Amino acid sequence: MNAPVYNFAYLDEQTKRMIRRAILKAIAIPGYQVPFASREMPMPYGWGTGGVQVTAAILGPADVLKVIDQGSDDTTNAISIRKFFARTAGVATTTATADATVIQTRHRIPEAPLHGGQVLVYQVPIPEPLRFLEPRETETRRMHALGEYGLMHVKLYEDIARFGHIATSYAYPVKVNARYVMDPSPTPKFDNPKMDNCPALQLFGAGREKRIYAIPPYTSVVSLDFEDHPFTRYRFDAPCALCGADDSYLDEIVTDDQGSRMFVCSDTDYCENRQAQGHRGSESAAPHKERPHG
Amino acid sequence: MADSKIAVQDNDQPLLLADGLGKSYGRLSACRDVSFALYPGEVLAIVGESGSGKSTLLQLLSAQLSPSAGKVSYRMRDGVMRDLAALGEAERRFLLRTDWGYVHQDPVLGLRMAVSAGANVGERLMAVGWNHYGRIRDTATSWLERVEIDVGRIDDAPRTYSGGMRQRLQIARNLVTEPRLVFMDEPTGGLDVSVQARLLDLMRNLVSELGLAAIVVTHDLAVARLLSHRVMVMKGGRVIETGLTDQVLDDPREPYTQLLVSSILPA
Amino acid sequence: MTAMPMTAMIDISRAEKTFTMHLQGGIELPVVSGVTFQVQPGECVVLSGPSGAGKSSILKMIFGNYRCDGGRIGIRHQGVVVDLAGAEPRQILSVRRATIGYVSQFLRAVPRVATIDVVAEPLISNGTARSEAQERAGQLLRRLNIPERLWALPPSTFSGGEQQRVNIARGFISDLPILLLDEPTASLDAANRAVVVELIEQKKRADVAMVAIVHDDEIRHLIADRIVDVTSFASAA
Repeated sequence: MNAPVYNFAYLDEQTKRMIRRAILKAIAIPGYQVPFASREMPMPYGWGTGGVQVTAAILGPADVLKVIDQGSDDTTNAISIRKFFARTAGVATTTATADATVIQTRHRIPEAPLHGGQVLVYQVPIPEPLRFLEPRETETRRMHALGEYGLMHVKLYEDIARFGHIATSYAYPVKVNARYVMDPSPTPKFDNPKMDNCPALQLFGAGREKRIYAIPPYTSVVSLDFEDHPFTRYRFDAPCALCGADDSYLDEIVTDDQGSRMFVCSDTDYCENRQAQGHRGSESAAPHKERPHG
Repeated sequence: MADSKIAVQDNDQPLLLADGLGKSYGRLSACRDVSFALYPGEVLAIVGESGSGKSTLLQLLSAQLSPSAGKVSYRMRDGVMRDLAALGEAERRFLLRTDWGYVHQDPVLGLRMAVSAGANVGERLMAVGWNHYGRIRDTATSWLERVEIDVGRIDDAPRTYSGGMRQRLQIARNLVTEPRLVFMDEPTGGLDVSVQARLLDLMRNLVSELGLAAIVVTHDLAVARLLSHRVMVMKGGRVIETGLTDQVLDDPREPYTQLLVSSILPA
Repeated sequence: MTAMPMTAMIDISRAEKTFTMHLQGGIELPVVSGVTFQVQPGECVVLSGPSGAGKSSILKMIFGNYRCDGGRIGIRHQGVVVDLAGAEPRQILSVRRATIGYVSQFLRAVPRVATIDVVAEPLISNGTARSEAQERAGQLLRRLNIPERLWALPPSTFSGGEQQRVNIARGFISDLPILLLDEPTASLDAANRAVVVELIEQKKRADVAMVAIVHDDEIRHLIADRIVDVTSFASAA
């Protein structure tokens, strides 16, 4: 192969050190957005440049990497990032949540419980939870500094006023360590409780916005709500059509142009594990296994 | 005659004290040597034409601008008189959204135009920790009623409101935390005359019912007469005349005040 | 400065007023000087003199509306004597709220406020319950022949005579110990003039001290306990 010789995990060591310093600061101040000198990556913004830089900075030769996009190991984005690190770092890759030491994710937290020693790296498009109502960055920073978070409830208030309930279903704001309000990236709010008191380290990288933030292991993460409109998880009220799971987050899949649809686990690894253990759903005959894996 | 004036509460302790207050930009002095005491429930009008320094003074008094000379003290809710310059930023901002109100001439500056009227009123409550949607909404509803906004419009954003409604919404948004002092910067500027009259009447009633102290900057002497107990006339950055509103307007002493008063068109 | 007799409600001594007209080249316009008289509780003093002699100016000085250039205006206010000529704005407001009422010829009310509330306001701002204040306002309006169907309307839509009666009701509703009356009966018909004379009589029986300006000789004769000729205070121009 005539490919140019890259440094381990693509980024040069100076850059990785800079990013690690930002990560350490982020861990020291849970939920606080640490600015960092985000680099150009060989992929467009919106494809996870922030998550990739964080992963590159923490990856060691012994790590086992899993990459998911919307819960799935086999979408274009997940496959290309996994291949990117397989080629530039030569690390082992896996689709099994339990086997991975570093999991880079877009929009989901795996269903299988994470354990100590694992690192979950989130790709973040817009890190600022107050942006929706306050466009001035100088002002949002001051609000974080002073802990002025009344505005966050204004957004939830608007939801209830308009829809009768808190309709925000993803990027649902949380308060980390009883201090900073944080945007958990566009994960469905179904996943919010998994962030609380999680044994794994959670790192968030926003490439375009040049911010890194973190939730250290076993940190309290509370979803914002009102006393009379408490936070609730949300999932389609159906079992997975493939594995029969009734506790996992489901994707709705339109199967033809007649309006037929089915609900399947968004976490492909979780679903396959259950099927391997003999769990079956109503559509188990569907040729799920035919979908190729990277 | 000013016998229609709202009552001043008997209270011996001033709420706000300005002492030798001044602001200069290099050699240009925007406002200088202003001293006065404002008591609870008292409405003070600062009048003067554009460039007289009245807006600068309002910003100094409301701690949005730091003075080049002198100081402003404010009696906090615990009764302690504090120098505003010595307050931390968090304390100052807390004051601004709880014990103070600030009504801008342009309601766009004082409202969140893309957020519903209910949330605009409720924001200050949520900012001080109210966490019950039903109670926040009930309070917002009753405030919309008080400022004569159809409660059927509670979920509409103020960008769909008329100028007068926006101004009334801004007032409700400010008063919901029951502040003791409200700053108003030309509150009726830019409104039609008929809308102005309604707004003035509303403000006058609210100020008197709530026992609010207010500092109103206006170039309109009719606004000063209707709303204020006391008036300060500014010219060239200085206070040139001060006294009871009807005294200053009916018996002006300074040449400039006489000019101002004589410039009013007969009603 | 002479001590004020214990009983006098108003004690004016050597008060003077000059207007300086800066817009007319700073000419000085002396109005009155050496104004000296007293008013006892239950007494109605009528100021007399030709137009321009300074009767209204004296009334406005007693109310604190015109500033004095000299002398003293002693007002018995809540048991102590306040000199309005040198009082702070807050003191003057306090005196107006608790001690001195002013009934002018012209009604100056906020637009849009109902007549009944215009009349009731002085009581409400002194702490009377709204319902009671409105009831008393209604009684006065009825006495002054303002039909009930007009009470909910703002007085700005009324005729001049009706507005004046609204103003009289507003001025007489309070229980203040001093009332200043600036031509309260001008432009009223005979029946309403009689009502005003009656109201003044009632105030006297309630020990209210009054200073009035009345042009109508007959009314002056009916209400005056004493007449003070203002011509003697006219400043030598």
